[in-house]
Amino acid sequence: MKKLLTATCAILLTQSVLAGVKIEHWISPSGARVYFVESRVLPILDVQVDFAAGSMFDPAGKSGLAALTRSTLDLGAGNRDESAIAEQLADVGANLGGGADTDRASVALRTLSARDKRDPALDILRNVIQRPKFAAAVVEREQGRTISALKDAMTRPEAIAGKAFWAALYPAHPYGQQATPESLSALSRDDLQAFHARYYTANNANITLVGDLSRSEAEKIAESLVAHLAVGEPAALPPPPATAPGATVKLAHPASQAHISIGMAAIERGDPDFFPLTVGNYTLGGGGFVSRLMKEVRDKRGYAYSVYSYFAPLRHNGPFQIGLQTKRSQAAEAIKLARDVLDGFIKEGPSEEELAAAKANLTGSFPLRLDSNAKILANVSLIGFYSLPLDYLDHYQAKVQAVSAEDVKQAFARHLRPAELITVTVAAD
Amino acid sequence: MRTRYFIAILLAPWLLTAALANPYETTLSNGLRVIVKEDRRAPTAVQMVWYRIGSMDEVDGASGVAHVLEHMMFKGTPSVGAGEFNQRVAAAGGRDNAFTSRDYTAYFQQVPKEKLEEMMQLEADRMRHLNVDAKEFAQEIKVVMEERRLRTDDNPQAKLFEQMNAVAFQAHPYRRPIIGWMNDLETMTAADAKAWYDTWYVPNNATLILTGDIDHQHAFALAEKYYGVLDSRPLPARKPLAEPPQEGMRRVNVKAPAELPVLIMGFKAPILRDVDKDSDPYALEMLSAVLDGHDAARFNKHLVREQKVALSVGISYDATARGPGMIYLHGSPAEGRTVAELEAALRGEIARVQKEGVSLPELKRAKAQLLASQVYKLDSMFGQAMEIGQTEAVGISYRKLDRILEKLQKVSASDVQAVASKYFGDDTLTVGVLDPQPLDGKPRRPAIATRH
Repeated sequence: MKKLLTATCAILLTQSVLAGVKIEHWISPSGARVYFVESRVLPILDVQVDFAAGSMFDPAGKSGLAALTRSTLDLGAGNRDESAIAEQLADVGANLGGGADTDRASVALRTLSARDKRDPALDILRNVIQRPKFAAAVVEREQGRTISALKDAMTRPEAIAGKAFWAALYPAHPYGQQATPESLSALSRDDLQAFHARYYTANNANITLVGDLSRSEAEKIAESLVAHLAVGEPAALPPPPATAPGATVKLAHPASQAHISIGMAAIERGDPDFFPLTVGNYTLGGGGFVSRLMKEVRDKRGYAYSVYSYFAPLRHNGPFQIGLQTKRSQAAEAIKLARDVLDGFIKEGPSEEELAAAKANLTGSFPLRLDSNAKILANVSLIGFYSLPLDYLDHYQAKVQAVSAEDVKQAFARHLRPAELITVTVAAD
Repeated sequence: MRTRYFIAILLAPWLLTAALANPYETTLSNGLRVIVKEDRRAPTAVQMVWYRIGSMDEVDGASGVAHVLEHMMFKGTPSVGAGEFNQRVAAAGGRDNAFTSRDYTAYFQQVPKEKLEEMMQLEADRMRHLNVDAKEFAQEIKVVMEERRLRTDDNPQAKLFEQMNAVAFQAHPYRRPIIGWMNDLETMTAADAKAWYDTWYVPNNATLILTGDIDHQHAFALAEKYYGVLDSRPLPARKPLAEPPQEGMRRVNVKAPAELPVLIMGFKAPILRDVDKDSDPYALEMLSAVLDGHDAARFNKHLVREQKVALSVGISYDATARGPGMIYLHGSPAEGRTVAELEAALRGEIARVQKEGVSLPELKRAKAQLLASQVYKLDSMFGQAMEIGQTEAVGISYRKLDRILEKLQKVSASDVQAVASKYFGDDTLTVGVLDPQPLDGKPRRPAIATRH
């Protein structure tokens, strides 16, 4: 009883601290969803604009289009060429970053909040989003560089394994279609412009602002970022992936270690089973140095330096994955061991002791997830992009606490079917 | 002067007040230095313990022992069982890890602030009471060998870098890889690790750094309580280790499965020893920023975008270290271009600075970026602790960090031109080339042309 009380108090205490992370949300006049956290302690402003414009929207035969569109977006925009953009950002000490994954394309600006620094930086961000040039020479050059980098990546075992894993999990879905030198070569400047016009629209945008800014300034800035974009339609999602049959994919490579991935398509962002799966996976392979996989594969047998498991919820069913690397001659034993650990966990779930340890860490470490502007930005942009509840962070610890061992077992049974698991090995004997 | 002015208008007033005394420092009677940087933005704290012992302190035949011991530090003491350290940190809602460099070995935990005391108790315990169990060692050394396979043996660029350092340094222990040669790992014993621990893991060879939502007086008292009881012990004398002057260009080729060639040109370079009197390391830092500080800096603009001779290109220089310094130019040639062409292009960029210098806008831009990065750094408590640790570990006081920034801001265009002329001669150059091999072992197109 005493223990229970302590746990409850700890939650209350942390929540009172978190009252500092207040998310304000509104829709800009042009239709963008805006999320704002005012934080005046440091003279810094972070702005991230996320569009539903990831690789899942690559048209058939044009794999790599979303990524190339994003990577050339800031290489010339409005009346600035690529050098003017980079030089003027550097002049005010601002950094422009971002990228594209399967679901979203992001443009992220970090700037000092003083007006003479912030305003020029924001002007560049506005132009990059709204008026990218996609100059033919730049597109052609970046196309060539992307192809070269891809060819080099395809000689590395970790990249080969990663691509084979996604291809096997999503055989007839955009998540499994990946850029090839051929698909990249076929892209044209017109493709990039059309992709930008379709997906970089106000209705398809989520804007997150964190830092030294007032609400009224945030409103003006947010609207100015999308005011000259087409209002557009929210992106139409491709159909969800069909279930892939279990399979074993074995690829040859001369490396000294085998790279092993085991998993299947498992969970969508927003699925209520996220909490039992997260709590359970902590024990299985998520909890750093204290997971079952770590103990069995690394500590007891010295099979691997790194071994982990995770659920990666996406717009559609994102993967569950176990990953490890071991010297090639013992790949078969390591795979069998990892499968035994997984199968045992699916069957029995966590012990009460393991469950308590998982909850202690996941709730206790919560303040560490929010102790910088950069971390707050990452959390809030995720909440916005996937339309999670605005009080998601406020209830995170309570939802973790509420998970029972039975919840974990049932959630794992719902989301993981051992017969459908896909095993990919590169460089195994 | 200018630095102070800018910072005054940039930072919130309470930060300025705090900056007068913060960080705080004390030294315990056993020689442990304690540095506390208060940062009350969030209810979390970071503990780091930095030992002034790294792979450069190893001897031939025992390479990698500093890093192996770092792994063994998680294997228990008489009062904390094997693996229990990680469990206790996890139960506290914390994250922990450790890292070994050529110059130092460091351990850290990030925790909710209420848990800091428990972390200090745990970390102090393993400073003097580690079990180096033979059975645990036998498992862990396999893990380290897997780490070497993952990070070096199967990573062509890392392998090239390892080989290059083995050639660039002949006498200085920087020639050995931090992770150790595989043969040394295969022959290492638990007794080797234990001897390393017994020799070097003492409070008078360590610095404790705490950042976050903590009161420094309270932190000092906790340090005294947990670390103050540990005995100091004299350290073995460390003789100065100098690399003899290099008197001619060296070249090394590494063959590995890959698509792209990689070129690394490493020049012997000065290291910051005296913050006030030295000047060249500051000028080299600013030269690096002018050449490679942003996407339109000279390297990327000229070599990737205009001449299209490089797929990617960069410069790497660390002005602080216990041992000798290098400045590296590195890159991969663009498709259809050769390593020799890339090398000539990199040399061309250096020659241009030698002849024409750098422009004032370029230098001003580099300084503006530097200034902004000082503000951005305040967003990470971990980063602030790292900066203090890395500075102290190489023998420079963290109190000199502001002075270093001032000196960087004062670098002139002619300073930059002077170091470009002084440090990029062929006689102290080592060139490393990754010669990519087909995965199936069959010969590919004719070998990439390199200059021999």
